[in-house]
Amino acid sequence: MSGIDEKNNLKRIRGRVILNNVLKGLFFVSTTIGLIFLALLLYRILTQGIGYLNSDFITSFPAPYPEEAGIFAGLIGSIMMIAIVAPVAITLGVGTAIFLEEYAYKNRWTKFIQINIQNLAGVPSIVYGLLGLTFFVYMLRLGYTLLAGGLTMALLVLPVIVVAAQEAIRSVPSDIKEASYGMGASKWQTIRRVILPAAIPGILTGTILALSRAIGETAPLIIVGAATALYTLPDSLLSKYTVMPIQIFNWTGRPQEEWQFVAAAGILVLLIVLLFMNAVAVFIRNKFQKRY
Amino acid sequence: MNTLLKQKKVDNKTSVKPDIKENNQTKSEAAMDKNVFEVNNLNLWYGNDQALYEINMNVPQNKVTAIIGPSGCGKSTYLKTLNRMVEMVPIVKTSGSIQYNGEDIFSDKHSVEGLRTKVGMVFQKPNPFPKSIYDNIAYGPRIHGVKKKAVLDQIVEKSLRDAAIWDEVKDRLDENAFGLSGGQQQRVCIARALAIEPDVILMDEPTSALDPISTLKVEELVQELKKKYSIIIVTHNMQQAARISDKTAFFLNGELIEFADTDHLFSNPTDKRTEDYISGRFG
Repeated sequence: MSGIDEKNNLKRIRGRVILNNVLKGLFFVSTTIGLIFLALLLYRILTQGIGYLNSDFITSFPAPYPEEAGIFAGLIGSIMMIAIVAPVAITLGVGTAIFLEEYAYKNRWTKFIQINIQNLAGVPSIVYGLLGLTFFVYMLRLGYTLLAGGLTMALLVLPVIVVAAQEAIRSVPSDIKEASYGMGASKWQTIRRVILPAAIPGILTGTILALSRAIGETAPLIIVGAATALYTLPDSLLSKYTVMPIQIFNWTGRPQEEWQFVAAAGILVLLIVLLFMNAVAVFIRNKFQKRY
Repeated sequence: MNTLLKQKKVDNKTSVKPDIKENNQTKSEAAMDKNVFEVNNLNLWYGNDQALYEINMNVPQNKVTAIIGPSGCGKSTYLKTLNRMVEMVPIVKTSGSIQYNGEDIFSDKHSVEGLRTKVGMVFQKPNPFPKSIYDNIAYGPRIHGVKKKAVLDQIVEKSLRDAAIWDEVKDRLDENAFGLSGGQQQRVCIARALAIEPDVILMDEPTSALDPISTLKVEELVQELKKKYSIIIVTHNMQQAARISDKTAFFLNGELIEFADTDHLFSNPTDKRTEDYISGRFG
């Protein structure tokens, strides 16, 4: 008789069940550790920052005294920056994804491009800052402006959007594409009427993750010359600007303890903006999913 | 729109004559009829693997032509070559010629999009779009430029009636087509193919995912549709081929072994391999 040895197997089953329970415990602990740190972080920031978080804080410019300081310039700067990053990165990113998935021949070249895009998504953000400094600030002579910062950020998040959009487009079932082509639809008609509607929830999820990264990113903007203290709002694409993370970074670097509380209030504003953006994305996604 | 409709009427008239002729001379050859497709020396490769060998076959107009054969014999590949859907696989190469109504389908003069509006397709698995029933049927007319709601309404109703599913869905046209049963979905897909007013309908095992009653409905529908359309149907099911087709082609290992009137092929096959297959000795 070969095969399963019943007596030994019973013993081994007991071992397997124990292993299963041990691992289950381990995975639970991993989850809990993450949650605990998140809760601690939120608690600390809330208790420190809530005292400074009021309407004056949101509508005031930086000031020499903690009580008078506000995040207005950073908040508006961040929103304006996202207003540049989103259209540029989404247009280029989704366009690239459509080309790579639907139009390009699958050969060594496209594979090479594919791998490089994935690598770009992992390049440290400071490198994008150097690229932005060389190309946008000096070569295109944009200077230390909102436009230069926004374009640098758009480049930074572009690979993430491309990869997410590609995944979303690839997951559209091929049989509905075939149905469309089978009726004489051109490639673009099929993309616009069948593929994109089905892929939009996935594209949006990736995009919002990318934009969340853009709104929290500091390093590249320091390199391309975002201002640390600004007492006016940017009035054009070529104005000086600051963003929330840089403002917060600036506050945390000051010696007096009160500034830490101001920074915490700033972080709270940043988190609220992030949550709001995510909520909008979820809303749009659900709306699209209901339609289909 | 109107010119398209007229065109079809004329086609139908011309095709009536050969039908009568055939009835008079009971065993007339296919050459006497008008052919929608004339396939000559067609070879097809997926990369280096040859899938079709020297196919010669004339597909008659306003008939049901069945293609049978074991799995992997190339029958689906052949069907998809007729509307060039096979080229969705980028490594496909073909040689030989396929004439559709006397014109080379591989010629640069004609677009694949144009060919596919005349040669519609129904797939193995029902594949409605994740849209409403109405939008599914209106998809084809819309991509071909029909915008007026009244015209679309008319096309949707006519197509659904022709696909024998109007009565089942007329009160729920705004509902998602995914909510229908498999059999209903497949008839919606047939209606969707009819909505672009094709001349030929290619069907790739359209009933293989359906229950017997839905299958029966689709088979009855095919009988009805052949009055207006030429139908080429790939099927795993020999009884189905015998029931619904006028002519049957038997494919084996990428070759067309035998192509004859269905009655003739099933009662009196000329090739030994055909006989073995239809008597269930293999496949």
